[in-house]
Amino acid sequence: MANKLNTLNKTNRWNYITYLLVIIAYVILQVMSSTGSISSSLKGMLVPICAYVVMAVSLNLTVGVLGELSLGHAGFMSVGAFTGVTAAVSLQNLIPFAPLRLAVSMVVAALFAALAGFLIGIPVLRLKGDYLAIVTLAFGEIIKSIFNNLYVGLDESGFHFSLLSDTTDLSENGTLIIGGPMGIGSIQKISTFTAGFILVMITLVVVFHLVNSRAGRAIMAIRDNRIAAESVGLNITKYKMMAFVTSAALAGSAGALFAMNYSTIVANKFDFNTSILVLVFVVLGGLGNMLGSIIAAAALTILPEALREFSDYRMLVYAIVLILVMLATNNPTLKSFLARLKPGKRGEKEAA
Amino acid sequence: MTFLNYLISGISLGSIYAIIALGYTMVYGIAKMLNFAHGDVIMVGAYICFYAVSRYSLPPLVGVILAMLVCTVLGIVVERLAYKPLRSAPSLAVLITAIGVSYFLQNAALLLWSSNPKVFPNAFVINTIDEAGNPVVQSSIDLFGGQLKVSFVTIATIAICIVIMLALLWFTSKTRLGKAMRACSEDKGAAQLMGINVNATISMTFAIGSGLAAIAGVLLCSAYPTLVPTTGSMPGIKAFTAAVFGGIGSIPGALLGGLLLGIIEIFAKAYISTQLSDAIVFAVLIVVLLVKPAGLLGKQIREKV
Amino acid sequence: MKKKFLSLMLAMTMVLGLAACGGQEESTGDTSGETADNTASEAPAEGTAFKLGGTGPLTGGAAIYGNAAYRGAQIAVDEINAEGGAIQFDLRYEDDQHDAEKAVNAYNILKDWGMQISLGSVTSKPCEATAAETYADRIFALTPSASSTATTEGKDNMFQMCFMDPNQGSASALYISEKGLGSKIAIIWKNDDVYSKGIHDTFVDEAAALGLEIVSDTTFADGNDTDFSVQLTDAQNNGADLVFLPMYYQPASLILSQASAKGYAPKWFGVDGMDGILTMEGFDPALAEGVMLLTPFNADATDDKTVAFVTEYQERYGETPNQFAADAYDCVYAYKQALEAAGATPDMSAEELCELMIQQFTSMTFNGLTGENMTWDATGAVSKSPKGMVIENGAYVGLD
Repeated sequence: MANKLNTLNKTNRWNYITYLLVIIAYVILQVMSSTGSISSSLKGMLVPICAYVVMAVSLNLTVGVLGELSLGHAGFMSVGAFTGVTAAVSLQNLIPFAPLRLAVSMVVAALFAALAGFLIGIPVLRLKGDYLAIVTLAFGEIIKSIFNNLYVGLDESGFHFSLLSDTTDLSENGTLIIGGPMGIGSIQKISTFTAGFILVMITLVVVFHLVNSRAGRAIMAIRDNRIAAESVGLNITKYKMMAFVTSAALAGSAGALFAMNYSTIVANKFDFNTSILVLVFVVLGGLGNMLGSIIAAAALTILPEALREFSDYRMLVYAIVLILVMLATNNPTLKSFLARLKPGKRGEKEAA
Repeated sequence: MTFLNYLISGISLGSIYAIIALGYTMVYGIAKMLNFAHGDVIMVGAYICFYAVSRYSLPPLVGVILAMLVCTVLGIVVERLAYKPLRSAPSLAVLITAIGVSYFLQNAALLLWSSNPKVFPNAFVINTIDEAGNPVVQSSIDLFGGQLKVSFVTIATIAICIVIMLALLWFTSKTRLGKAMRACSEDKGAAQLMGINVNATISMTFAIGSGLAAIAGVLLCSAYPTLVPTTGSMPGIKAFTAAVFGGIGSIPGALLGGLLLGIIEIFAKAYISTQLSDAIVFAVLIVVLLVKPAGLLGKQIREKV
Repeated sequence: MKKKFLSLMLAMTMVLGLAACGGQEESTGDTSGETADNTASEAPAEGTAFKLGGTGPLTGGAAIYGNAAYRGAQIAVDEINAEGGAIQFDLRYEDDQHDAEKAVNAYNILKDWGMQISLGSVTSKPCEATAAETYADRIFALTPSASSTATTEGKDNMFQMCFMDPNQGSASALYISEKGLGSKIAIIWKNDDVYSKGIHDTFVDEAAALGLEIVSDTTFADGNDTDFSVQLTDAQNNGADLVFLPMYYQPASLILSQASAKGYAPKWFGVDGMDGILTMEGFDPALAEGVMLLTPFNADATDDKTVAFVTEYQERYGETPNQFAADAYDCVYAYKQALEAAGATPDMSAEELCELMIQQFTSMTFNGLTGENMTWDATGAVSKSPKGMVIENGAYVGLD
């Protein structure tokens, strides 16, 4: 019992350290940004970094905490991006105050992504392992294909939808919001670093609370031994679905944040490669380790930009760095060396 | 007749998926790892063959053998450097490393061979002379008075697929090394205790898988003859889907899954919508996996309580 | 274990080194143009040259377009700098991997570098994203090849060197109808591509207005761009006598070879993206026999300017330039002309240059590789006449 309390406290302590580090990073960057001492290159990456951090933390909930490999996380980001921007465009006159409009659109995005997560979760969570992975990949591709062929317009009489070709038949004052392969153009860029920071904090609060709650312990019990968990009367489907839908909803709001940082967005952006990229953040940061996900997401988003001096060899160097980092972090010698340095952390790792 | 035409197109596309899927499934079945770099090894094989045949005018067969040699060596080197140190690491770490290898191969190809598309020479042709005495390059046989055309590449691909499938089945069930591979796939620890060199066996699997990738690359580019550094990635993902479809790890399953995937894709385009064909293919995959959660021919492993 | 790790690192470095050597072998003699840094030796000293920046896909699936544009621009810059006139350029291209997000990152890198005038982005979607940035930052941009309408829409400082997609669509329909090339038309287009979609839509509208009958309208996308049997069978069964291909040349080459294998021989009509099909290594020009296309640039043209450019390009990079390279080359010369006319100096700020360039580009006439007497209107769209070309015996021949 004492041991249990001890680890619980440790987890809590790490959670607070995570919050604290995120806040410190935000404050430092905000101060630097207001004094103009950071490059526009880094400044331009702040919002996407926030979006990727949210993506990584939410995927970590599925992969690290629930223990199911998902290869279609970008699909939820896509749902969030398209519904979020649609909401923002249609609320333009209703809510002139941009931050509020952004917040409302992110909530709408989260709701739609959660709905998508629920619908996809019904079949997906019946499967296991690599089969589950391939089905999430399939759903990601289906979502991409649908948004590539979806047309959504808005005029006085409300929303118009059409699939395959543009038959929305809008009135003169209407605007075509989603234009199939054209995606969404002329998006108002209302995403800000502060909004991104708040979303990251909300994500962390949601994820940490879920993980540390009764439900979270149930989810981890299912991950560690499904049969044992079932035999003590846990409702497997319910808890799996809870983690999956939460993860989808957070990814959806990240999608909305991401989309409204650029003036244009297309469905092909959220393809298999983006899902894989987010998965790389999660694995590199450590399964179940949220702080690791945050650091990995930020570092790997900046890395390709930092490598620009290699010009033609940039992506080659990126690939080598990726392989070397994976080898180094999984090197037994290095692992035991690190463990010796911080004797307190060994138990931590096992707990996580 | 149109239906038959579509069926033949489906089979020729499917046979390409199948031959790539064979390599995927072989590596997965034994090393238990999703080798996302497989598609890029295919691309390397195709480039080697292209340069051998087009630039240095070597006979196609020499080109193929050369491509197989290079890919086998590449497979062994990649395995030795990037995968072997991770033998005891979690499978996800290996997956990410494979993705890193995939990026590496694509970008190295871009630097070595530039981004300009190359047109792959079709080696599956017969030079004949028509009635007027002009030389004609024939690349397909006509059935029903020219209403149906089956290209030699398709016939060759299917034949090679079946040969490889039978060879792999024979190899894994009859030879010492093949049996060692199956033992490793069942239980690495027990295999080691029985005196099997697990590391060497897994390395061997990669060598064979990469050699197969070279053949797949040559066939892929003979059938659809443009070659760029990203040529392997999309067919790679499709073939991975095909392997899962048929039951990943199952060698006949890869052939069946590949063929079915190709046929479904063509039929979806022909009879439903060219725009949504990918969505339809993946939807069918999901439905199949729900009905048969381990794929069409996959073994349903009973859970131990 | 440590030893193993070390040896691994070593091996990795060797692989990288090998790749590096291979890369140099492959493209001998291009050291002046390959990397931005290498130009430092010939580049004018800081403060005496205009900082000209652009983004494009230098790696990834669309790398061919970005590299072509970069190389074309580099040749123009080197020529201008070698002349030693008042206008000197310092060119820097950054990789955007054909992705809007990475394009904005690349743009910000260029902004940190001190870019004064921009070449926008090479491909359409990334350019829409960077155009919003150049508009907000008041940096003038002239894109060689981003052709969607949304690129220039609502931005007074964004100009194009290429035709806009809708213009190409309607021009193609008009051309087909005027010359009576076909009455039953099939279209095969790429439905996850802005370029293809833009041309397709206006072509369909214009064709309806002109009374052309579209009998088959099929698509492909990134994941299924290898097998075209269904699209071709559909066109054939519906009796199409002309197939319109609004796409780049790589899928087009597959379509042509598969149609030939099927024994289907309609008339083929392409757009400017089709240019380059003859320069594909290993491509059998007989397959493209009779293909018609509207393109602003023709690498086989015999005028001095084109010959000089094509020779230089082949010498440096061992490839024949396509229209992306020619458009980018023209962009740099258009800038030179505009800067000279405005009397601009490299010490001016981006904002000052932006105003001057807007004035110049809306009033000047430019002669380049891709057209004579080009003018721009206030929306940023270029007006130049596309040349109708037909491929005969493996070469372009003017169609009129």
